[in-house]
Amino acid sequence: MSALTQSTPRAAQSDAAPEKELRPPSYWPFVVPALVVVLAIIIFPWVFTIWMSLNEWKVGSPTTFVGFSNYLRLTGDPRFIEAIGHTLVYTVLSVVLPLVFGTFAAVVFHQKFAGRGFLRGIFIMPMMATPVAIALVWTMMFHPQLGVLNYLLSLVGIPAQLWVFHPATVIPSLVLVETWQWTPLVMLIVLGGLAAIPTEPYESAQIDGASLWQVFRFITLPLIMPFLFIAGMIRMIDAVKSFDVIFAITQGGPGSASETINLYLYSVAFVYYDLGYGSAIAVVFFLLIVLLAAVMLYARQRMLWTEIASDA
Amino acid sequence: MTPKQIIGKIGLWFAVLVIVSPAILFFLWMLSLSLKFEVDNAAYPPVFIPEHFAWKNYADVLASNRFVTYFFNSLIVTGSATVLALMVGVPAGYGIARMAAHKSAIVILIARITPGLSYLIPLFLLFQWLGLLGTLVPQIIIHLVVTVPIVIWIMIGYFETTPLELEEAALIDGAGRWQVFRHVALPIAKPGIAVAFILAVIFSWNNFVFGIVLAGRETRTLPVAVYNMISFDQLSWGPLAAAALVVTLPVLLLTVFAQRQIVAGLTAGAVKGG
Repeated sequence: MSALTQSTPRAAQSDAAPEKELRPPSYWPFVVPALVVVLAIIIFPWVFTIWMSLNEWKVGSPTTFVGFSNYLRLTGDPRFIEAIGHTLVYTVLSVVLPLVFGTFAAVVFHQKFAGRGFLRGIFIMPMMATPVAIALVWTMMFHPQLGVLNYLLSLVGIPAQLWVFHPATVIPSLVLVETWQWTPLVMLIVLGGLAAIPTEPYESAQIDGASLWQVFRFITLPLIMPFLFIAGMIRMIDAVKSFDVIFAITQGGPGSASETINLYLYSVAFVYYDLGYGSAIAVVFFLLIVLLAAVMLYARQRMLWTEIASDA
Repeated sequence: MTPKQIIGKIGLWFAVLVIVSPAILFFLWMLSLSLKFEVDNAAYPPVFIPEHFAWKNYADVLASNRFVTYFFNSLIVTGSATVLALMVGVPAGYGIARMAAHKSAIVILIARITPGLSYLIPLFLLFQWLGLLGTLVPQIIIHLVVTVPIVIWIMIGYFETTPLELEEAALIDGAGRWQVFRHVALPIAKPGIAVAFILAVIFSWNNFVFGIVLAGRETRTLPVAVYNMISFDQLSWGPLAAAALVVTLPVLLLTVFAQRQIVAGLTAGAVKGG
């Protein structure tokens, strides 16, 4: 993601570099092998997916060109429309919660305390651990009778929940897992931001007697905004695509209560082997992610403009 | 220390405890599940430390023939995909950084945004036509989707920060491009290569979605094998948790011991593919 943020200043720098004539004529030979690989495994699949999405293409039967009818079929597919809804709810929650907890964690890890490095290593374990293995243990913890979560709730007097076994609680429960898993990533990105903040504003705030919350709200938060935005963007892209944990815990169930677009795509392509229709879903899915990213960029731009306007 | 400082210290440690405990408690509970007999795993209220440890759960997992097969499958797929990615990705990162070809990063960005499943549909057909299904080759190739962008991305960032002076001196001395890369740039870039290697290994090892589609009975990697265990023995939690822990243990150890490299790589923006 940081390509968006990094490429411009660096490109400007190297254009201005005076020792250009010293450079050898071409670095292309270094890039060619990777280019071949990228063409084969990234570009080719994309072109082929678009072509397939214009065909009736089922495994075991002949293919016929059908134009955009796969796309038209999508607009009238209730399961797909429902999946979009699930995906959006899941995504919004899985962006907002890790952002909140991750920022808090970053502020704490920015302080100096004994064993900080080691504890940070422990803290990032959830996002590095194998998702399927994690999902398996969460499934056991969610178990309504034998699961440890209901036991913990009973200790504080909250009645037992059905967690992932009830349509109303399945998405929040999955978001709990996603938040547990990915809060560390937000923490790391925001921590990078905190390291770059100068100390002067904090010193003058201390002299003025500002409270901890005021310091955070009026000094820290505005300064880490760019990093929060990048973290939110990465989180959005990953949450929309989330597959392993949902698939391993609920497979989209109960019924289709937690079926996101990615899970529906899996069913269409690799359970029903309707590859043409699956390709159309893949294309629309990709466009949806790009659209969400564009909306976030636009919102950020708007925020920046209002800030500038109010400063003037 | 003034009373205010003491309160601050206590508050800080309380906050640290709150933040770290979800991770610690989860993995301790995982360990506990894996070391209990069925009686203890089905007990209510739950037992945290059992009277008798069920080491047998681990012995069963490690002794099964299949597990050894799946372990080697994982090792071969992750190993090959990582080595191949380093072979093409490190020079590519070097070339892109030196040419300042930043536009090429867009391809990596697209790869980062694309859902893993959309690579699977066309490549699945391709592998079927080539008659490769049933071998490990399709999985090795498709894992490149994960490992190649990670390696290229990290190496671009790394080569951009290494000094040019040495390379220029070598060029003036009459060294060829390839020699400069091999004997000047590459040795300096070792820490960057380590970061790329570690992250590529972790994300390839953890990958699940490619395996459930492409792997047959004999070609499963460990995450797929563990998932298949769920459907068959829903009720024996001990062995399941033991298997899950064994699968993810290499990654957890790597996380704790190579924490610095992982943090450096992740904050550079290359997170997760597929």
